Amino acid sequence: AEAAELRARLRAVRHTVLVLSGKGGVGKSTFSALLAHGLAADENKQVALLDIDICGPSIPKMMGLEGEQVHQSGSGWSPVYVEENLGVMSVGFLLSSPDDAVIWRGPKKNGLIKQFLRDVDWGEVDYLIVDTPPGTSDEHLSIVQYLSATHIDGAVIVTTPQEVSLQDVRKEINFCRKVKLPIIGVVENMSGFVCPKCKNESQIFPPTTGGAEKMCQNLNVSLLGKVPLDPQIGKSCDRGQSFLAEAPESPATLSYRNIIQRIQEYCEQHHLQEEKIM
Amino acid sequence: LTERTNLAGVRHILLVLSGKGGVGKSTLSTELALALRNAGKRVGILDVDLCGPSIPRMLRVQDSAVHQCDSGWVPVFVGQDKAIALMSIGFLLERPDDAVVWRGPKKNALIKQFVTDVAWGDLDFLIVDTPPGTSDEHISTVEALRPHQLLGAILVTTPQ
Repeated sequence: AEAAELRARLRAVRHTVLVLSGKGGVGKSTFSALLAHGLAADENKQVALLDIDICGPSIPKMMGLEGEQVHQSGSGWSPVYVEENLGVMSVGFLLSSPDDAVIWRGPKKNGLIKQFLRDVDWGEVDYLIVDTPPGTSDEHLSIVQYLSATHIDGAVIVTTPQEVSLQDVRKEINFCRKVKLPIIGVVENMSGFVCPKCKNESQIFPPTTGGAEKMCQNLNVSLLGKVPLDPQIGKSCDRGQSFLAEAPESPATLSYRNIIQRIQEYCEQHHLQEEKIM
Repeated sequence: LTERTNLAGVRHILLVLSGKGGVGKSTLSTELALALRNAGKRVGILDVDLCGPSIPRMLRVQDSAVHQCDSGWVPVFVGQDKAIALMSIGFLLERPDDAVVWRGPKKNALIKQFVTDVAWGDLDFLIVDTPPGTSDEHISTVEALRPHQLLGAILVTTPQ
């Protein structure tokens, strides 16, 4: 009955993309936010961004929605809208203060995630993007389990070039395979830094074991792209603005846009294949 | 009685926390352990990051195995003089790329074991490296350590 409830609620969602890592601090939330902005640039697309990082919800701040509260209506919880076609949900909106710690064990976190999926009135959605916390635990198991009521197009896995990150990301790739979650591809963030003054490139996080490129080759997954470090990215996130809009000329913006396009193409192709089967 | 024996010889327990991932908790834990060892202290590291255990690689012992003795798990000894005692779930994985995909209750059980069943011996400092967040691992670690001498927590962040 629960599965039926979730299925009903998520019936109007065309594409679902999970943003995962395994490693913390590599740019999952940053990427999720920019993916949402990028997809919502097409006014005809309805985009939903769901933040299931219960302990460290970054999405409200990154989307400029700090302090917003969730409203209830007859049809459920209303997402908080950044644009008419871009709605957001996060535990951040349920806290009375942004510094309140959510110190919950697994089962309680699972309960909230289920509520987000069951009780939020997303309406008709072209893209549901789910931002996750680092790790391979309750939140990840639960979201895959609950979303089996609909279907997940796939996961985008975010990393940085160094082995300490890749180590955790390989585990995440294995997690995806274990739970039969298709992998759309890997994004390598913080991949080099070009000095705005002397234009020299430095590797701030040297890829001592070949970076995401080598890992993707070894594990037969797609490398969606590499995004260089740009201090404007962090600033835009802190200020709740879209980096893509703030710094349209940055090489990082170009990388992000290419990656977003590849994800869109993957989802559209996937949809066509499904329609053929049906 | 075993509980008392295993942590009874530890003088100071330090937790390294953040909330945020990727800010350098494990890096700091490792450097802190090495620096304290350099200063002649007896040091141990407990890596309770079950999903992303980074410490073994940072100390170049990612291929080590752990053994049991009468009083519990024997830590892996690392560092130049092999005198830093390290326990991490990394050592219990059959293959390093295996994901530990566990829900809270299973993680809690392992953490409790880690805290009470490692034969640390006499240490001046036990540094406990944690994963990001404020969840099962953190609650269980603090609960399991509560009867012992918890010196305090070091919080790590980055500027943004």
